[in-house]
Amino acid sequence: MTALAHVPTSSGQPAAPPAARRGRYRLLPYLLLLPGAAWLLIFFALPLLQLAAASLYDPSGSLSTGYALTWAVGNYPDALQAYWPQFVRSFAYSAIALVLALLMGYPLAYAIAQKAGRWKNLLLVCVVAPMFTSFLVRTLAWKTILSDNGALVGLLRDVHLLGPDGRLLATPIAVVLGLTYNFLPFLVLPLYASLERLDYRLLEAASDLYASPLRAFRKVTLPLSMPGLIAGTLLFFIPATGDYINAELLGTPNEYMIGNLIDSAFLVRLDYPQGAALSFLLMAAILAVVFVYLRKAGTEEVL
Amino acid sequence: MRTMGHEAPAGDLRLANLTKRFGIFTAVDDLSLTIPQGSFFALLGASGCGKTTTLRMIAGLEEPTSGQVLLGDRDIARLRPYKRPVNTVFQSYALFPHLDINENVAFGLRRRGIRKVADQVDRMLALVQLEGYGRRRPAQLSGGQQQRVALARALINHPQVLLLDEPLGALDLKLRRQMQIELKRIQTEVGITFVHVTHDQEEAMTMADTVAVMNAGKIEQLGAPADIYEFPATAFVANFLGQSNLLAGEAGGTSGDHVLVSAHGGRFSVPAARARLDRGPVFLGVRPEKLHLVGTAAEVPAGHQHVGGVVTDASYVGVSTQYLVKTAWGSELSAFSANSGVGGQLPVGAPVVAHWDPRHAFLLRREPGEDDRTTPLLDEPPVSVLS
Ligand SMILES: Nc1ncnc2c1ncn2[C@@H]1O[C@H](COP(=O)(O)OP(=O)(O)OP(=O)(O)O)[C@@H](O)[C@H]1O
Ligand SMILES: [Mg+2]
Repeated sequence: MTALAHVPTSSGQPAAPPAARRGRYRLLPYLLLLPGAAWLLIFFALPLLQLAAASLYDPSGSLSTGYALTWAVGNYPDALQAYWPQFVRSFAYSAIALVLALLMGYPLAYAIAQKAGRWKNLLLVCVVAPMFTSFLVRTLAWKTILSDNGALVGLLRDVHLLGPDGRLLATPIAVVLGLTYNFLPFLVLPLYASLERLDYRLLEAASDLYASPLRAFRKVTLPLSMPGLIAGTLLFFIPATGDYINAELLGTPNEYMIGNLIDSAFLVRLDYPQGAALSFLLMAAILAVVFVYLRKAGTEEVL
Repeated sequence: MRTMGHEAPAGDLRLANLTKRFGIFTAVDDLSLTIPQGSFFALLGASGCGKTTTLRMIAGLEEPTSGQVLLGDRDIARLRPYKRPVNTVFQSYALFPHLDINENVAFGLRRRGIRKVADQVDRMLALVQLEGYGRRRPAQLSGGQQQRVALARALINHPQVLLLDEPLGALDLKLRRQMQIELKRIQTEVGITFVHVTHDQEEAMTMADTVAVMNAGKIEQLGAPADIYEFPATAFVANFLGQSNLLAGEAGGTSGDHVLVSAHGGRFSVPAARARLDRGPVFLGVRPEKLHLVGTAAEVPAGHQHVGGVVTDASYVGVSTQYLVKTAWGSELSAFSANSGVGGQLPVGAPVVAHWDPRHAFLLRREPGEDDRTTPLLDEPPVSVLS
């Protein structure tokens, strides 16, 4: 402090703030972090620990006889052995849904961000509007849309894309369509945010420098929308992989994804160790996929 | 050029009745001009007069409302921009933020399928004095450095026509002069047609073969720099390119090969060759450096014409002294006098006589009712020794 007091401050710069005030500013970020951190600790980290413990319970226990923590690591290979097809299916369905969503979502986000003009806000509301109703209700609505005596199936049968008694409901197609629809906004919104910031003058420059519209897209638009694209695909892919509502309502047990099994392990079969082990396996698998993906696609802005 | 696959017949750039309207606003109004192949054409004009819009129509980034853009005898007005042998240095630079400087500069070459670009890029970066900056991103460069990258990115393609929209605006004086010399050298060596938009009159005059002064979407005057400066066609040009003292008067016909003018109670004459008209309301114009100050009417050289006044301001700017002289009718004329060591400084308040050689004066059309037009000194940025 005394040393500070002797530093001449006539150089036009404001004098250094007193140490006490500076100290408070240094603490401020942590104070701001506190509510969120506490929330995460109580409602995420602790339950996660609890779940990790449950995945290592003795599998022969039950809710009525009680569980013992026996570090039963074997729960994991057992669960994987029993349910690997559902794992593969979860990733396959959400990957196909992701591709469909990208094919629809990128042009949509681009059009809203760059071409919509004064309709921009209205169109954004339209993208988000389905979220105003519950996930369950939306999926049930798809059940009606895809039902055997609905207009869509009728039309597809008329044009012979479906056989006379072909159906959509209770098929993998229905589940994938449901996933695509339900998670589309999570893909579109971050993409929109990226594309909105894209300076059209860069496209003019590209075009001035001999880039056809397609090349300009590949070399300028796409790289510049990468942050939104990565965020959007993650926000789409992660919940879609763990989803169980779509398979439950639009599919049959033949379309069950890993989420359905976790659901039934906890709520129907009451096999807590297996449910917990499946949850962790799913988490690990998604983390692995995301890690590889970011390694491949990540620019320094993302990582 | 050969790799571009759309070799155009060599030729002049011609704009024919080119018009661009944004809604009811006419940004470019029936523009017609010819820019010979390989020439350096400068476009001058106040902010918002339509210079960028004109360039954008040549580049293909803006569709003309009507009119033609001809290169040789091919109308390119409706060709997509990436099919035109034209490159632009954008006023806003428009560098690609996700590419490093090397890739920014190489962008045009790569799009034309040229694989080995490193040598050309290095040479180009050396030319704009940015060696060693190749791995940086545009955001890591200063404004002037970014501008030079924009220049390199366009120049490297050796287009048939290069459009430069204030390409040196962000550079300091020394660097700007160096770049001007480089640009001029490239232009003469490679024979590219340059269309150069600038706010720097000196730049336009020293570099260009032809200067066009634009005002409100129209070309007011087009010609060699010296011709325009010495004999402007309109009052706008007279004060946009350099400055002028314009005295409101009435032309009263010719006598011999002179046009007679009466202004503010005095009688003057201008050689007919330097008069745009010989009857009706006119401006009698004299450039400040052609206006000389002496103490008494007796000292005025034979054949010169003069008006009396009082010095109201004298600014010493090193190479010259700039005076404001208030006339009897209240207008302030400006006069530059070279500091050649001959004659001393005139003090403020001194009565003086301002005289000029009528062969240096010019006569322009004046709208009836318009008064004298004399520009304040601060219009022309002097090379000040003080600041
Ligand atoms: N897309 C547009 N929509 C409406 N008006 C426009 C558009 N682009 C340009 N203008 C108008 O056209 C006029 C000419 O613009 P332009 O950009 O050509 O000016 P400029 O001569 O290049 O000016 P500066 O020297 O400031 O760059 C301006 O008044 C501008 O407001
Ligand atoms: Mg402009």
